[in-house]
Amino acid sequence: MNDSQIIVKVGIADLNMVSAPQTIRTSGLGSCIGAVLYDLPKKIAGLAHIMLPDSSLARQDSINTYKYADTAIDILIEKLCENGARKYALQAKLAGGAQMFQFSSTSEIMRIGPRNVEAVKEKLNMHYIPIVSMDVGGNCGRTIEFDPATGELKIRTVTKGQSFI
Amino acid sequence: MKFYHLSIKHIDVLREIGNIGAGNAATSMSKLLNKKIDMQIPSVNIVAFDEVMDLVGGPDNPIVAIYIRIKGQAPGSVFFILSIEEAEHLVREITTDTNVKLLSEEQPSEIAISALHEAGNILAGSYLSALSDFTEINMQPSVPHLSVDMAGAVLTVGLLELSHVSDYAIIIDTKINDNEETNGIHGHFFLLPDPESIPKIFTALGIDDHE
Repeated sequence: MNDSQIIVKVGIADLNMVSAPQTIRTSGLGSCIGAVLYDLPKKIAGLAHIMLPDSSLARQDSINTYKYADTAIDILIEKLCENGARKYALQAKLAGGAQMFQFSSTSEIMRIGPRNVEAVKEKLNMHYIPIVSMDVGGNCGRTIEFDPATGELKIRTVTKGQSFI
Repeated sequence: MKFYHLSIKHIDVLREIGNIGAGNAATSMSKLLNKKIDMQIPSVNIVAFDEVMDLVGGPDNPIVAIYIRIKGQAPGSVFFILSIEEAEHLVREITTDTNVKLLSEEQPSEIAISALHEAGNILAGSYLSALSDFTEINMQPSVPHLSVDMAGAVLTVGLLELSHVSDYAIIIDTKINDNEETNGIHGHFFLLPDPESIPKIFTALGIDDHE
């Protein structure tokens, strides 16, 4: 297999990193957020598939820190910097945060998509990481793939085909 | 009781729940389509979130899902899941509209959508009422919600409640099918009880937690 065909996959509530010529992908984002952080000159990128906004809501003894916006972003930044990325050069692209079902009730759990978006934005703000582009909200699922060589984020949906941000 | 440490006895009880629920739903479906519907023995799995999507073909596989939120004493989620082709087939059976396309640039026809809603309502409703009768636990179904999209995006909705307490889900998966070799309907019922509902279900059925 050719090097350029290696795609690293990230599961739900997980994160990982790649450097060019590899690309990184996560599939079936609904209310979850795919947060990509990258250092373009160094061609390094990390992707977190974040499920929930806030780890303080957890009712679990040992929490999975990759699941929450407030913890996963910190870890992703740390890991990227350990692997040669420069924090001041990091930029972000976001996708996801949809509301898959339109509920009439105002149940908090059903508004999780928009809340995830807010939580990730807030966290990136705290770290002074600029958000270059994003495709969030709406009510469709997204599969995303990031190429650290070009800084392009490919977004695929089931009805609207592919787009790049 | 630890959520993901179920004894064989517990698993048997959950399997029986899937059996009773889907059995009732299969009867309803059989009446709706006027043909014989078979069901398989339910499987009870404790799976990581990623594996939930793998049960229906992976996170970016498009599916048609009817989602009902269970309210009442033992909250949880029920999904009735079909592949795109199967759902189109089901709509054709119900409406005799032969040009159904659920996945295209245009919105599917209103008739197709309401046929699926109604089928989902009947199926999931009969699943739940059987469950409620058997356990004598008060369970009320929400209005059914329909989504045609990637499995990962759709099923995550049912995992959110769980995800506060666990990285695993108990899935009671029952397949039903209509016996036709080609173009058949093979639906999945997923029952995902919320974490606090599991002990309630066991207690209601006289199963001791402490073993």
